Formats: sequence, structure tokens, C-alpha cells
Amino acid sequence: MNAALEQSYLKNPKGLTSWLFTRDHKRIGLMYLYAIMFFFFLGGVFALLIRLELLSPGKTIMSADQYNQAFTLHGAIMIFLFIIPAIPAALGNFILPLLIGARDVAFPKLNLASFYIYVAGALFAIYSIITGAVDTGWTFYTPYSTESTTSVISMTFAVFILGFSSIFTGLNFIVTIHKLRAPGLTWFKQPLFVWGLYATAIIQVLATPVLSITLVLLILERVFGIGIFDPAMGGDPVLYQHFFWFYSHPAVYIMILPGMGIISETITVFSRKKIFGYNAIAFSSLAIAFVSFLVWGHHMFTSGQSEIAAMIFSFLTFLVGIPSGIKTFNWLATLYKGQISFEAPMIYTLSFLFLFTIGGLTGIFLGALALNVHLHDTYFVVAHFHYVMMGGTVMAFLAGLHYWWPKIFGRLYNETAAKIGAILVFVGFNMTFFSQFILGSQGMPRRYYNYLDQFQPLHAFSSFGSFVLGIGFFVMLVYLVHSLFKGKTPGYNPWGGLTLEWTVPSPPPPHNFDKIPEITHGPYDYDKILVKRN
Amino acid sequence: MANTPSHPFYLQHHFSDAQQQKDSAKFGMWIFLLTEILLFGGLFCAYAVFRAWNHEMFYNAHLALDRVLGTINTFILITSSLTMALAIRGLQVNKARQAALYLGATLVFAAIFLVIKYFEYEHKIHLGQLPGKYYTYTGVAGTNPHIFFSIYFVMTGLHGLHIVGGMIVIAMMLVNTLRGKYSNEYYTPVELIGLYWHLVDLIWIYLFPFLYLIG
Repeated sequence: MNAALEQSYLKNPKGLTSWLFTRDHKRIGLMYLYAIMFFFFLGGVFALLIRLELLSPGKTIMSADQYNQAFTLHGAIMIFLFIIPAIPAALGNFILPLLIGARDVAFPKLNLASFYIYVAGALFAIYSIITGAVDTGWTFYTPYSTESTTSVISMTFAVFILGFSSIFTGLNFIVTIHKLRAPGLTWFKQPLFVWGLYATAIIQVLATPVLSITLVLLILERVFGIGIFDPAMGGDPVLYQHFFWFYSHPAVYIMILPGMGIISETITVFSRKKIFGYNAIAFSSLAIAFVSFLVWGHHMFTSGQSEIAAMIFSFLTFLVGIPSGIKTFNWLATLYKGQISFEAPMIYTLSFLFLFTIGGLTGIFLGALALNVHLHDTYFVVAHFHYVMMGGTVMAFLAGLHYWWPKIFGRLYNETAAKIGAILVFVGFNMTFFSQFILGSQGMPRRYYNYLDQFQPLHAFSSFGSFVLGIGFFVMLVYLVHSLFKGKTPGYNPWGGLTLEWTVPSPPPPHNFDKIPEITHGPYDYDKILVKRN
Repeated sequence: MANTPSHPFYLQHHFSDAQQQKDSAKFGMWIFLLTEILLFGGLFCAYAVFRAWNHEMFYNAHLALDRVLGTINTFILITSSLTMALAIRGLQVNKARQAALYLGATLVFAAIFLVIKYFEYEHKIHLGQLPGKYYTYTGVAGTNPHIFFSIYFVMTGLHGLHIVGGMIVIAMMLVNTLRGKYSNEYYTPVELIGLYWHLVDLIWIYLFPFLYLIG
């Protein structure tokens, strides 16, 4: 039997209540991981149902109303229950204290509370799905969301609750990073994933409360007809959109910034080379967080905001390209003359670089005012945000999941199977969504149940791509579950990383470090230190 | 773990010393207060938008609010902030009984605030000065008077809920103080609820002129 496993956080202490009432960040991170993977699966099922329906024009498997519900639930589940908590609350929770040489996050009880608040929000969301799934789209735009006969209140209340979970995670991380770093770990010796989580946490804390109050007003509008968003009563639906996007645009950076942090870790480990431009990558995370609050109006170019506002928002949107570009070029420069090895985490990392670049550049297209009016609410937008959110964040999440899997579970997965899965996901993803760029540029509107015959070949291609994607994820499920039971046990450091999590056993003991480490070198000093794998 | 001076009962295992724990707690509370400001910020933003669009009406509607009761409530809330601060001072100089007394006074002031607020609400409900579609009053000239009362009830209602939440926590602190849990060595939770209470007070200091005075 494996000694590290027996002495690890997984087995100490034992018993169900020791898990339910745990304050160990690793266990909370793991419970989050199981929960978000469940919702990733559920959201994925809705995605496949949508693509199956769109295989041919007219009715294929569901009615128009059911279709509206399917895309709403796909969006709402993927955004609020999967992608926002995915990297910070699951992987971040597990890894952050290990990365900075701490025994736990600053507020362990708040961390556990945040998980149960997430569970409460998830239960409301499931209740909403069972009692007449929402059909408003994940954005809950008024006035339709105040009139729809589906269960809007329970779903928006679920999102309201989930917001608190997100705020508490962010608050916890900011304080942890400020106050609990090990001696010698200065700000600029922190691994870049920490910088990513820090920038993310700032947005979580500053943007989420605005969504909370917006959803409260929406619920009050539905229940009491307070009229603030109702044009018939002198209210303003565009005000709802302003409030909503003041949160939801920064929220897309809640999703991508921690992913960029993971990429900064994996790219340097699998290139066996010091990261290029550490300071530039660290500061560009903060720059993205800052600019994220100034660009929400680019969602509303066709909603009737003033022309001067639209122009300013368009210019500000271009600014996001600068820090994102800085990161991308620094990652490329890190690869240059590195000793690159192509394990599964690295394949996902390279997928990220490729796909995020396409997603980011098409974002610049959409930020251009004149082009936006043409492409607004078409499949071009759908393809763009899936390239950023799935091609970017999900690929980074998978890179991180595969990278830290041996540390989290103390098991190695089958590398060949993982490579096959990664390639299937990459190919399936591009088939699904690249075709949607073309559909969108030809004028196919998003969220439509039916379409003209001329769009059928591309729609069918996209649907087949989604099946390949589904198979890729199924392969992943099989080898990951297999590894939990039959996987080989790794040593401390299977990839040869220099950061602190690789100095403790896999899986780590309950208190992480026997003695709080003293940090003397940078996180990526491969030029100075020779690291051996295992 | 033994209750030695180097490891007091309140120090959690992942902090290296009491000072680090206290600094972290206070820093976390400040961030939480920031989220509260943004939560109310959305409402203040809605207030500004609708005031700009219905300027006449906002002026006429604000005359319907009772300035005398509003002023009294402002004084009561500011006084409760003073007693809150004095309670923390009491713990700092290790006079737990005095601290408990001041915490009790804070609770009483908070309760008086809510009672006055209740009478204001009741009067408005009686007159039909209600939010949105329940608005039946006819005495306010100008466009969309129901919007003013929507904003009034949502803002003061959310503020009132914060008062109630604060009272619950202060009551818990009062019990803990009487049980001798806090001393000049450890009183962080009381200090944190103090910060919260001052913020709730501060939000009222903005609500009062915006709704009652300038109209």
C-alpha cells in the first residue's frame, strides 16, 4: 500500500463528517471539483442536445420552446455553476496555499461556507430546471424576463446565491495572498498562477455585488412590479443591460484570468525554461482586471446607448488586446529554445495558445463598432466566446487538472489515453466552433431554432464536431476514473516543477508542510537549479 | 493544544501569530465592506438615473417623506455608532462589563431606529405611496411618481435588512462579552462588527439627504 496516500489529506481524518465539516482547503477544493465536474457534464448534455436539434432545419428532436430552455440552461449552468468557480474555487483552492507555502487559506470556515452556499445555489438552479426551466437566455434580459412564464425567479435567485459563494472565495484569496505568504516569498517570487488568482479575486469582489443587486431588482420587478426596468412604467430595460454587463463583462475575466495563470505555470515547466517576461505577465493580469471594468458597453452597441458612449466603449475594448497580447507573446517567447515535452498538460497548453489567440483576435473584430453592428447576435459572437471560454478557459482548466492530478489524487493517469483525449477535444472543438465563425459571417443569427437550408452543411459539420468533442470528454472520463483505482503512484515531483507544491508528498499531508518553507529562489529558475523528475 | 501564552485558544493553526490573524481578519472585513458599497452602489446609480430623468417628480415626491422622523433617525444611528465605538474602547481597556453595556445601548438605538422606520412605512402604506404597480397616491405631480417610492423602499429596505443583520451579530457579541470571551488581548470580532456598523451608519448618512432633503 502507498504510504503517502495513507498519510495524506485524503485519509486523515477518516469518515463522512470529517469531509462534510472539513476546513482543509484541499478537501474543500476537491468537493468543489466534484461539484463543478457534475455541472460541466450537465451543461455538456444540454450543449449536445442543442447541436443535435440544429443538425437539420425545423424540428429534429425538440420543440422551439424546449430549445429556448436548452440553450438558456446550457449557458446558465456553464457560466454560473461551472466556469466561474472551476479554476479559482476548485483548482485554486487546492493549489494556492501550497504555492505560497501556507497551511490553509486565511479563512477556512468562510471557505467551507462558500462551498455550501454554492451547493445551495446549485439546488435552487436544479429546482428551477425541474419546475419549468428558464427560457430567457442566461442574460435574463428585461422586459422578457419579467414576462416569461418559466421559473425565472428561482434561477435568478440561484445566481444571486452563487454570487456570494464567488465573493467569499475572492475575499479569502486576496487576504491569503497578502497575509499568508511564506517567509522570503516576495510578491515577485510568487508563481504566476497566484497573480492570476489575485487579479481574478479583485474582480470577483468588486463586480459580483452589482450583479447581486441587479438580480434583486429583477426579482422585485417580477414579484412587485416596481417598474425600474419596465418601459411601460417609466423604467428602463437598457439600465438592466448596463447593470448586468457591468458585472458580466468583468466576469468573463473572472473566467479567463486564472486560466492564463495556469498556462504560465505549465508552459514553463514543460519547456524547462525560465518564464519570459515575468513582470510583464504579472502586471498584465492586473491591467486586464482594471480595463475589464471599463468595457461593458460593447455588449450594447445595438441596444440604444448613445453613439458617443458606443465609440468610447469601442476604443476601450481595443485596450484589452494589449495586456492579452503581452501575455501571449511572452508565452511564445518562453517556448523559444526551450526543451519542450508533449505530455497531456502541455498539449492542452498549446491548444490554449492556439485557440485563445483566435478567440482574442475575433474579440477585437467584435469590438470594432461598424463590424459589430453587422456581426451582432450572430454565430460569429457564439464562436468568439466559445473560443475564449472553452478554447481558453476550459483548455487551461484541463491543462491544470492534468498537471495537478497526480498531486491531488496521488495517481498517474495513462499518458497515451490522455494524449488521444486531448487531440480529440482539440479537433472536435475546432470542428464545432470554427464552422460557426463562417455561419455567423454569413448572417446566421444566434439562438434561432430554425434556419435556412443554405446553412445546413455548416450546421451539420458543427454538430458532428460536437460529437467528436463529446467522445474526447468520454475518453477523458474513462482514463481519469481508471487512474483513481489503478493509476501508478507518482513521486513528489512527476513533472519536474520548481514551485512549492512539488516539494510535498503526492497527495499532500493534511497540514501541507511539516515546517513552513523559506523561499530563496524564483518559481521558474530553471537556469539556476537542476530539477529531477520524481 | 495547551492554552499557553504562545498558543492562545483563539489562534488558528494556519496563522503564525495572533497579530497575523488579527490583520488578516480586519483586511478581510474591509474587503467585505467594499462589496457592500458596490451592492448599494447599484441602487445609488439607479437613483441618479431616475432623478435625472424625472427631476420635477423627485422634488415633489420627496416632500412626502417625513423630515423630522428622518432627522431623528439620523441622530439615533450616529449615536449608536458612538456607543459601538465606546464598546470597543471598553474592551481595549479591559472593562468587559462596560463594553457589554455599550453593546446593549447600540442594540436599543438600532431597535428605536427600526421602530421609527416602521411608523414611516406604515404611514406610506396607508396613503398608498407604494412602489411600482401598487402606487395609488395621487398627491405627487410629475412623471412616474411610483418610481421614487420604488427606489425609496428598495434602498431603505435593504438598509433596514442590514440593520437587522447587524443587530443579530451584535447580540451574539453581547452574549460572548458577558461570558468573558473577549478581553484587551482578543476582541477582533467586536472590532469587525464595529466596522460593519459604521458602514451601515454611513450609508444612511447618504440615504438621508438624497431621499429626504434634496429631493
